[in-house]
Amino acid sequence: MTKITPQDVKKVASLARLDLQDGEIDAYTDQLEKILRYVAHLQEIDTENIPATTRAVEVTNVTRDDIAQLSPLKDKLLELSPHSEGRFFRVPKILSD
Amino acid sequence: MTEARNRWEAVIGLETHVQLKTNSKIFTNASTTFGDDPNTHIDPVVCGLPGTLPVMNQTVLEYAVKAAMALNLKIAKHSKFDRKQYFYPDLPKNYQISQYDEPIAEEGWIEVEVAEKGKTTYLKKIGIERLHMEEDAGKLVHAGSDRLAGSTHSLVDYNRAGVALAEIVSKPDIRTGREAAEYASEIRRIMRYLEVSDGNMQEGSLRCDVNISVRQGPNAPFGTKVEIKNMNSFSAIQKACEYEIKRQINAYETNQSIVQETRLWDESKQLTKSMRSKEGASDYRYFPDPDLGPIEISDEQRELWRSELPELPCQKRHRYSEDLGLSQYDARVLTDEKSMADYFDAVIAEGTDPKIAANWITGDIAAYVNSNHLNYEKIPLKPIQLSEMIELIQSGKISGKIAKEILPELLKKGGSATALVEKRGLGMISDPEEIEKIILGILHSNPNEVEAFKAGKKKLQGFFIGQLMKATNGKADPKLANKILNEKLSS
Repeated sequence: MTKITPQDVKKVASLARLDLQDGEIDAYTDQLEKILRYVAHLQEIDTENIPATTRAVEVTNVTRDDIAQLSPLKDKLLELSPHSEGRFFRVPKILSD
Repeated sequence: MTEARNRWEAVIGLETHVQLKTNSKIFTNASTTFGDDPNTHIDPVVCGLPGTLPVMNQTVLEYAVKAAMALNLKIAKHSKFDRKQYFYPDLPKNYQISQYDEPIAEEGWIEVEVAEKGKTTYLKKIGIERLHMEEDAGKLVHAGSDRLAGSTHSLVDYNRAGVALAEIVSKPDIRTGREAAEYASEIRRIMRYLEVSDGNMQEGSLRCDVNISVRQGPNAPFGTKVEIKNMNSFSAIQKACEYEIKRQINAYETNQSIVQETRLWDESKQLTKSMRSKEGASDYRYFPDPDLGPIEISDEQRELWRSELPELPCQKRHRYSEDLGLSQYDARVLTDEKSMADYFDAVIAEGTDPKIAANWITGDIAAYVNSNHLNYEKIPLKPIQLSEMIELIQSGKISGKIAKEILPELLKKGGSATALVEKRGLGMISDPEEIEKIILGILHSNPNEVEAFKAGKKKLQGFFIGQLMKATNGKADPKLANKILNEKLSS
């Protein structure tokens, strides 16, 4: 099993937009390493002849009819946001893509 | 060396996002209506609130499968949805529900007719890699500046967020800007024929991104590819490709390198400019969406949907030119919009000659429909009535000139051409006795011309016919008139 490095933690944190301090990086590296080691026990099972599963429940094609409705919560959702302007949600300046 | 340089060729692939014309969004009941007040069509699923459950819209599935079948794609027996993670304010959940490694359809192709002024028209088969379903993002308005750079904050409208998209990815089979434009317009035409999308590029219901690189000859490895966005017409697609091909060849020939990046087409300046460089692939961390079950299309369901497909534009083009004998050009014009092709089909179903029907429809009728922004389904002149008018010309009851005279009224009010001709007294005079009487009158009042004709000035035939047409308001049957005139003049 590959070992989790502080670089991995920094990368994951940046992808998840988490602002970690230096001390936290070491702590999380250690914790993540332990979690992965625990889960790695699953790798001891022989899965050679078992097809991949993405879900535990065998349900397919759950669909609904194409009917449009106005949500009674549309105004409430706007009120819930930290900032709005007229009928728009307002977000801080976007720095880059 | 110079010879090698002349062999530069472009390698182009298109990613087309087609908004599917359903009433509600892909995973919730919120409406897809365009142009309403911001954030009118939002609900907890659109906003990605915790505890909400997306449920697939059955019509989206039907439209996606039909679109895929029309593009000759193989429909997957098993397909699933994945989460594509990235942070941007137009994406309320911080992930987009899309399809990654098990799209609904793969491996297809379309045939495109590449026509350009001054060049030979040719057919080209363009491969299609895949079609997958996904949700659209919202729209941003950058405040404090007309651009992102310099803005103080942004405003977000999620009316579009969650609208169903079919993303169609072509193979890198396209070689010129013209081919790219023809490919995109054929995709739009097919979607409109299927009535699964309105394909409106201005409103963004059809959006194309271009991937383009150049290489020295067909066997050379692919060059560094550049993505171009922001083209909102087919001509912009063509021009952006042509500009980019020149820019890339010029860079290589002056020993500069091409960087892998996204560029925007600037319509006002007619050039592409760098937007952001893409160093390595983005890390979207796709994983199967646990909220949505897999999709399995049974053979019965697939064949039922296949049986509902209309005749497609390329099939119509072949039928018109090969079976009906129309020119390639007429076949192309008639099939551009399904409503026009349907109108034409309805006229020839009455037994009208296809070439004559095509001339009237692509000529006077198309001019009227286009200049008045009408739809063929709604013009008062019904196909059966156009057929009746053409029949009047062919049976010699009216001349083509008279037909052109009555057509504007027929187009505006519809009705029977026969009745209109009678009402206005425009029927052709084909009674030999009546024509003879008028001819004798003309000969009598023009003795000098008759003398000259008999002395050999045969050109005067035209003069007599002209007099006859003047006397009858153009209603005399020309064939009969010439015959009688010749008889009288040679006696």
